[in-house]
Amino acid sequence: MRRFLRPGHDPVRERLKRDLFQFNKTVEHGFPHQPSALGYSPFLRLMAIGTRSGAIKLYGAPGVEFMGLHEENNTVMQIHFIPDQCQLVTLLDDNSLHLWSLKQHGGASELREEHRFTLRGPPGSPPSATQVTAVLPHSSREVLYLGTESGNIFVVELPSFRVLEDRTITPEAVLQRIPDDNCNRRSCELVEALREHPKNPDQILIGYSRALIVLWDLQNNKATRHFLGSQQLENLYWQRDGSKFISCHYDGSYTQWPVSSDNRQSEPLENTVPYGPFPCKAISKIYWQTTKNGLPYIIFQGGMPRASYGDRHSISVIHGSQQTAFDFTSRVIDFFIIFSSDPTAEFDDPSALVVLAEEELVVIDLKSAGWPAVHPPYLASLHCSAITCSHHVSNIPLKLWERIISAGSKQNIHYSSMPWPIDGGTNIAPDPPQRDLLLTGHEDGTVRFWDASGVCLHLLYKLSTVRVFLTDADPNDNMNTLGEDEWPPLRKVGTFDPYSDDPRLGIQKIYLCKYSGYLAVAGTAGQVLVMELNDEDAEHVVDHAEADLLQDQEGYRWKGHEKLKTRDGPVRFEAGFQPFVLVQCQPPAVVTSLALHSEWKLVAFGTSHGFGLFDHQQKRLVFVKCTLHPSDQLALEGPLSRVKSLKKSLRQSFRRIRRSRVSSRKRRGGGGNASEVQEANAKFDQDTLQEMELAPVQRKIEARSAEDSFTGFVRTLYFADTFLRDSSRHCPSLWAGTNGGTVYAFCLRVPPAERRMDEPVRAEQAKEIQLMHRAPVVGILVLDGRGTPLPEPLEVAHDLSKSPDMQGSHQLLVVSEEQFKVFTLPKVSSKLKLKLTALEGCRVRKVTVANFGSCKTDEYSENDLAVLTNLGDIQIISLPFLKLQIRYPCIRKEDVSGIASCVFTKYGQGFYLISPSEFERFSLSTKWLVEPRCIVDMPEATSNNHVHKFGTENAARKS
Amino acid sequence: EFRRFSLERSKPGKFEEFYGLLQHVHKIPNVDVLVGYTDIHGDLLPINNDDNYHKAVSTANPLLRIFIQRKEDADYSAFGTDTMTRKKNVLSNVLRADNHKKKPHIVISMPQDFRPVSSIIDVDILPETHRRVRLYKYGTDKPLGFYIRDGSSVRVTPHGLEKVPGIFISRLVPGGLAQSTGLLAVNDEVLEVNGIEVSGKSLDQVTDMMIANSRNLIITVRPANQRNNVVRNSRTSGSSGQSTESSLPSSTPNILGNLLQGEEESDEEDIIIEDSGEPQQIPKAAPTSESIESLSQIELLHESTQNGFLPSSEMNLNHSAGSISMEYEVPEPGRKSLEEDGTIITL
Repeated sequence: MRRFLRPGHDPVRERLKRDLFQFNKTVEHGFPHQPSALGYSPFLRLMAIGTRSGAIKLYGAPGVEFMGLHEENNTVMQIHFIPDQCQLVTLLDDNSLHLWSLKQHGGASELREEHRFTLRGPPGSPPSATQVTAVLPHSSREVLYLGTESGNIFVVELPSFRVLEDRTITPEAVLQRIPDDNCNRRSCELVEALREHPKNPDQILIGYSRALIVLWDLQNNKATRHFLGSQQLENLYWQRDGSKFISCHYDGSYTQWPVSSDNRQSEPLENTVPYGPFPCKAISKIYWQTTKNGLPYIIFQGGMPRASYGDRHSISVIHGSQQTAFDFTSRVIDFFIIFSSDPTAEFDDPSALVVLAEEELVVIDLKSAGWPAVHPPYLASLHCSAITCSHHVSNIPLKLWERIISAGSKQNIHYSSMPWPIDGGTNIAPDPPQRDLLLTGHEDGTVRFWDASGVCLHLLYKLSTVRVFLTDADPNDNMNTLGEDEWPPLRKVGTFDPYSDDPRLGIQKIYLCKYSGYLAVAGTAGQVLVMELNDEDAEHVVDHAEADLLQDQEGYRWKGHEKLKTRDGPVRFEAGFQPFVLVQCQPPAVVTSLALHSEWKLVAFGTSHGFGLFDHQQKRLVFVKCTLHPSDQLALEGPLSRVKSLKKSLRQSFRRIRRSRVSSRKRRGGGGNASEVQEANAKFDQDTLQEMELAPVQRKIEARSAEDSFTGFVRTLYFADTFLRDSSRHCPSLWAGTNGGTVYAFCLRVPPAERRMDEPVRAEQAKEIQLMHRAPVVGILVLDGRGTPLPEPLEVAHDLSKSPDMQGSHQLLVVSEEQFKVFTLPKVSSKLKLKLTALEGCRVRKVTVANFGSCKTDEYSENDLAVLTNLGDIQIISLPFLKLQIRYPCIRKEDVSGIASCVFTKYGQGFYLISPSEFERFSLSTKWLVEPRCIVDMPEATSNNHVHKFGTENAARKS
Repeated sequence: EFRRFSLERSKPGKFEEFYGLLQHVHKIPNVDVLVGYTDIHGDLLPINNDDNYHKAVSTANPLLRIFIQRKEDADYSAFGTDTMTRKKNVLSNVLRADNHKKKPHIVISMPQDFRPVSSIIDVDILPETHRRVRLYKYGTDKPLGFYIRDGSSVRVTPHGLEKVPGIFISRLVPGGLAQSTGLLAVNDEVLEVNGIEVSGKSLDQVTDMMIANSRNLIITVRPANQRNNVVRNSRTSGSSGQSTESSLPSSTPNILGNLLQGEEESDEEDIIIEDSGEPQQIPKAAPTSESIESLSQIELLHESTQNGFLPSSEMNLNHSAGSISMEYEVPEPGRKSLEEDGTIITL
């Protein structure tokens, strides 16, 4: 108690704490949630993505990334880089414009918002008068042209955002110069597109929605030429030499127009409906790319036959006789083409097509035959199947690392070998201190291995457990089976596939031993697979064993899902982790805890009914222990019974939709942002409070009892070599903690290595501890004689850890959701404790031992507990004396899925999901900090102003 | 002074005979005494009729510790649950400046066969409008039986009247502990849980705190019905009115006392089964020099039995007073000697 009342009395310790602990949110991994706009600067070779929550992210070469957040948290509609500048302009859905720039500061570049501006019309004018629909940053870098809904084109000076009123291009002025009876005031409503002439910066092409296109001379303020189409206009694109342009239309057609002719009104050269003759969807954006061989690339979005393919999200590439419609699993937000940015080059020579879809980024190599996809080094779609669990392994030995990479490279052969084309900026961050793996388990039964060492979360290898089981759908069925003469020539691209054939395949727990290469994964239907790494393809039989966790408990009937059916006979596995044994829990309830001891060759698993121990060397079940309380019918019926799980998944999907609508994600901003975010949070809290007043929620106050439901739910399993029976002999032991506050300890007898196959492993229950507060046990740990946590299996054998102190007396640390408690061993007597819930009202959600090194000296490091509470706070608690060191707010307490997804590393970092597709990385350590640090230099500024026009790549467009 | 003697467990006889035996053993034949014993929970309970005498003998494990006090000097408040706790309150009472003089206890009646289920505590230090209620879940099978909800209350602040969010009791379960005490009512505002203020905490947080403290729950409420408040003379009405708005300024020293009780109490209760043997309560380990929680563990050093603490300071005879030297509070020696007039007999 006193430590709470008088914290921080020891100045030496306080200083040391400053050298050890520091909280930073460093980088967001994965794919931005709800992207809404895309931009590209061929000059900087940087790509920008805007989101519906007002974030803007810039990506260049791997490791080069920047993030900014608009204070308004409004949807980013358009992004335009200023030609030849480290600047960009964003347009939000509240019609505000924001100027961002990359400035060097302290040796690294930073993205900062410089100005903001909202176009105001004359008093009394309707909002549509100034509603910006098209933005053109002029190659002079001095002005922005803003096309509006009213048809006016405003000219705004940069960077001051001063409106140059005398230069406004009004519809009246345009119409005056067009001697055409077919044109009236209505023809000039809504500016759809503004394009600068590629050779002559004094001319811009104005496309109005009603198909009137005007080539405007800025010097003389007059229309040089006008073109009248017959269909509603969607977008425009200049040919490189400026002799022609192309327009695309609402009816799925595109039209080429000549500019060279002297006629003031031109007739189209060619009008095509690529997927006609039946009605087609609009072509919303089009590119015309010239090549040396004369055959242009025509690349456009949409245009599919409305009736039969109207629901497809496609981008078509036409090059001579080749035509492919790339088919995306999610909506296409925008796309751009990477082509020769050399102004003296005669042809565009496109090299890559970059497509931002709602759920993933797809890059197509246009240079290689067959147009293969390029494997992106970042922006991985973490959620290509929903993430169900994650597991982090620090400091992977080089050997294992290389073997995983080699297994993964065999899976990636269908990718293009093209180097990553978006390669602007320089990564100046130091090399990652160690090799770290993040393993994510997915709903479709796959485990993905990510390189989490640095800023770019990169997929190394994907493991699928599906092959072991017989599922309704053959995994090969839904591959590309389209015939040669299919029309339209659709081709599926991308990896995002949210549909799981069978939710029972979902991965719930993962445990990887980095020294031995043994991997255990456990799933939703009580399946536990033990695998080992094999560098070659192999065909073998997976051994099966059943673990009946109910034992002799009678009169129960499992009402949940059935176990998965297994394949009989040998199964072919590709190189990588190959399962050799399957332990099936009965009843097939979701596996709630898993532990693997690679030295003893044992795997322990627990469900809501009990836990078991399996010897994977002899392939023999050692024992099972039922933890189910006889009156607990609910656990038995299975919370995941078919009907309920359907309901649940429906509910979840609705929740997902709702969440995506609200989208109130808060981000780390500059110093000024934090307080505002807090204010916003406070306001949010206030609002929720008021809501609660309307419909009061009440909570029951009752002590926990042995009869509560799910008390038998096994929450944690732990192997330890410690003094369980007497203080003279230590022995292997298995510890299990349940939801009802019970801790079981089993004494194990593992035969010595030479007789390992001959003698059975034996286990005997040695202790059972019932915590009186009955809160769920979420962590068990044994501390050695020096108060240090016992090392991981094989860690000492690999000389990576000091041997534990087996002389002094060991201690047992039991972490429940409510408190931390240290007991002596072998005689269990309580030694100290730290209460959390009783004093602060928060509960432990995640707990891990983390090693913290001092930033001042390499010699000092210590082990502490990193704890995440249900309020989203992170606390660091010292070992072995359980003193609270420091506390940081990390996740909003309303963000339940974020809190549930949090995973700590062994060196004081962590990850949690900020959206279904993004991990936020944070660091608690002063020493280990992985964050982007990069520099963007202005490429050599070109002397000739004319060259810049190729740089003016209006990748973003209005949606 | 001690006496130790044996008794036939199967034939305990009548209370009158036992009473005579005690008087005989202690050679105090004509002195009226109160007889008490420590039960398995460590509570001092009275022996004054055949029923509780038989209960005492049958629960002896194997020792039955009997405490004898002279009737005229007896402190009735010593009986009941958590006698050890009570002792600390006494100590903290001593330390409180506004409470030098021991108030004479009003003897209502002797606790007979019952143990307390609830009490109002700290009446002297709380504003009159507040009530601190302790629920003894421990030892009863009754559910706590109440619900809480969010709500708002009006406070006087420097900026005038303000509506602030608060936590309120929303429902009492019929037959539950909370209802049976009569000390809590629907719409009472919850101000503290075991000495921790709830302002600024969410409903879920307060729920978790209450459940975590459910074995020894102390809630400070502002009763919705203010008519049954204890009116004290020690305060003028003006000052008590003001204290309503303040956030319990005087309660801080007592938080410490109350919470310590809670901590130590629940500590003994974890149960261990070794090698599938009989369940036992987990003892406290001998405190090491580093242990911060050694505050009151010292008492446990004296006796190795689970319930080996002395029930109250009034009866502290056989151990030197110094051994209970709490690091933070030194009892006044004068008061101590004043209280040391009881007699302890161990059977």
